[in-house]
Amino acid sequence: MANVNAGHHDHHPDQEELRTFAFWIYLMTDVILFATLFATYIVLQGSTDGGPGPKDLFQMSGIYASTFILLTSSFTSGLAILAMNKGNRLALMNWLGVTVFLGASFLFLEINEFIHMVSEGATIGTSAFLTAFYTLVGTHGLHVTLGMGWMIIVIMQIAKHGITPVTKRKVNIISLFWHFLDVVWIFVFTIVYVMGVN
Amino acid sequence: MWESVKEFASEFFVTGDPLIYGADVSIVLSIIAVVSVLTYFKKWGWLWREWLTTVDHKKIGIMYILASVLMLFRGGVDALLMRAQLAMPEMQFLSGDHYNQIFTTHGVIMILFMAMPLMFGLFNVIVPLQLGARDVAFPFLNALSFWLFFSGAMLFNLSFVIGGSPDAGWLAYPPYSELAFNPGPGQDFYIWGIQISGIGSLMTGINFIVTILKVRAPGMTLMKMPMFSWSVLSSCIAIVFAFPILTVTLALLFIDRYLGGHFFTLDGGGNPMMYINLIWMWGHPEVYIIVLPAFGIFSEIVATFSRKKLFGYKSMVFAMIIISVLSFLVWAHHFFTMGSGADVNAFFAVTTMLIAIPTGVKVFNWLFTMFRGKITFETPMLWMVGIIPNFVIGGMTGVLLSVAPADFQYHNSYFLVAHFHQVIIAGVVFGFFAGLYYWWPKIFGFKLNERIGRWAFWLWNIGFYLCFMPQYALGLMGMTRRLYTYGWDKGWFEMNLVSTIGAVIMGAAFLVQIWDIAHSIKHMKRDTTGDPWNARTLEWSIPSPAPFYNFAVMPQVTSQDDWHERKLRIEQGLEKPAKVELEPIHMPKNSGIPIVMSMFWFFVGFGLIFDWLWMAVPGFIGVIACMVVHSFNYDTDYYVTVEEIKRTEAEAGRVIT
Repeated sequence: MANVNAGHHDHHPDQEELRTFAFWIYLMTDVILFATLFATYIVLQGSTDGGPGPKDLFQMSGIYASTFILLTSSFTSGLAILAMNKGNRLALMNWLGVTVFLGASFLFLEINEFIHMVSEGATIGTSAFLTAFYTLVGTHGLHVTLGMGWMIIVIMQIAKHGITPVTKRKVNIISLFWHFLDVVWIFVFTIVYVMGVN
Repeated sequence: MWESVKEFASEFFVTGDPLIYGADVSIVLSIIAVVSVLTYFKKWGWLWREWLTTVDHKKIGIMYILASVLMLFRGGVDALLMRAQLAMPEMQFLSGDHYNQIFTTHGVIMILFMAMPLMFGLFNVIVPLQLGARDVAFPFLNALSFWLFFSGAMLFNLSFVIGGSPDAGWLAYPPYSELAFNPGPGQDFYIWGIQISGIGSLMTGINFIVTILKVRAPGMTLMKMPMFSWSVLSSCIAIVFAFPILTVTLALLFIDRYLGGHFFTLDGGGNPMMYINLIWMWGHPEVYIIVLPAFGIFSEIVATFSRKKLFGYKSMVFAMIIISVLSFLVWAHHFFTMGSGADVNAFFAVTTMLIAIPTGVKVFNWLFTMFRGKITFETPMLWMVGIIPNFVIGGMTGVLLSVAPADFQYHNSYFLVAHFHQVIIAGVVFGFFAGLYYWWPKIFGFKLNERIGRWAFWLWNIGFYLCFMPQYALGLMGMTRRLYTYGWDKGWFEMNLVSTIGAVIMGAAFLVQIWDIAHSIKHMKRDTTGDPWNARTLEWSIPSPAPFYNFAVMPQVTSQDDWHERKLRIEQGLEKPAKVELEPIHMPKNSGIPIVMSMFWFFVGFGLIFDWLWMAVPGFIGVIACMVVHSFNYDTDYYVTVEEIKRTEAEAGRVIT
């Protein structure tokens, strides 16, 4: 038993590693959440109940712009990780800040799109198609909002504590989340918008 | 002014039923009693420091078990009310509306607020100990899971006296659960009560997967891990895949009801069948989520009391994994009669029947473990053996139900009611009872009285057969579920009366168990060995109840049933109890955030149920604020000194030099 104790510290679970692992499992649950919403959307896509359908509502120019912005924000969050790995705290905070700004721009375009649609009479209560549309796209938007708030909190903690194992893990996790949102958006873009207007 | 207050109160509080006034009075009286006892004995500080803010997995487990026993009482009273109404034809005890509310709350409470927390309670008190771990992977998250379950459960139970209970069945099928047909707040209580506690369940699932995969004692490979921990792992994997579907389903129903959406409505292009698919994609795995840990418990008990290694360890592991995978491929057997078509029905009939194979493997493995074992029949083993015939009958009627054409006869009949009660009571509830009797000394430090325990066992089993065997017959005689009264001409009287008598006996059995606990506390004989059953796994290698840091020294595992093997080696003189050196132990600090955050969730739920944004919005801000405060808190742990470890171990009767 004595020699067991010698190795005691090797077996102490590393909290940062555990949290990253748990976050991957959480992301898996989020995948299922979105998969369920996509399935519902696909089932209800045609149920416009005589109301407007995808072809009448979607304006693709705005969608291309917001897609470009979101993809760019994933890139800037990657630049933040690079800066962190180089130990450049200021660059890390700046790139995270840029990412938040791009996220806000994406959200601004999305809210504008929703307002435009509602003004044309296409509300969440108009038809099953629109209920499913607003819920799916809105849930993604909600995730973006949460991600932005989260990123701001992480920036504040980096300002306070610098680059430590804890803040490092927090940056890694939020950037993982941000890439995940990007992947989900690619599915939204393809299934909802591109397949909707074609 | 007074008139409007009166009008509000008459809508807000449920009125006009003596049962509900009785509940009002008992709720108020018990709150007054609890508050005055705590104040008189000056126990508020103790309650807050030791329990409400604890992150110790063992204490959280005890709170889960306590809450679930309370819920078992509530759900059991619901069951007795229903059986009283059905005891005789043309009874006038409950009205049809009231009956609908009672079967709905009975189902929801028993599955989500009794079976789930009882299971999580056992996860919490046992899994880290079995793994040789100091705690679960995320103690703070664990406390948060418990308090979310607790506020969800309280929110749901409140519907009985405030606003009105849900009445759309335990899975709330639309269109009946939609606003057009069900405008009262009952259905919203259902949505938020389950939603809030469901988030807690999902987090528990993630927490235990990480705990089991990442924080086992050195040397414990997955294939040396105790079977209960394996069952928890497979159950948690199913939780992680199934619960997000539930979250979405309830959210969609809420969007329909609150924002005027059309997911499942009859108008606006909605599709109620979509809900039925979604809810069973969660609901079917859910029944395996709760039964798999019971299988793990049986495996531990049968090995301990047969004094043998578990037969077919590897096949048990694979059987469990196969069951958790197959549980996701069978959901449509819940609606064979709803127009899926022959091919779809055939697919789901076959996958359903396939589950009987791994389940059969497990039953045979338990029997072979007993074969040529030195069996002793202490209460846990008595439950384990009693469950086998029960579960086999329940499983076989399940196979009968899985035959799609035959199901057109059984569907929604009492045959079905008897089947699922037989598997869920015999498989899950009795399984968890067996686990409670087995681990009771480890959790509380003393054994329960064997003689009274036997009484409870026999009463439960006799009541159980009397209650549910007649229901199989009633189902074949044409009695359907959810009906609240019937005529004399049906010929269902005798069977229903017997069934009701059985239910009353089960109620008595529950009281005998409570008596068993009270009696055992009064005549308590402290367990000083830490291993009263001469068991095989690591949790029995430490004092009972376990010290707050669990293991003074991390165990080194070399084989399956490591504690048993170590005892053998010491007995044969091959190994001496080793001299050990203690080191300071790293422990998490208590936190008040989980309970405060869950209270804010309660306000979110309550506010949205009554459409009070002035309550829901601040509640939500509170939730976010709690998250932010926790994120900024870097001071979450401390070290236990060697002196304190020595002192604690000495108090438990162990001297460490």
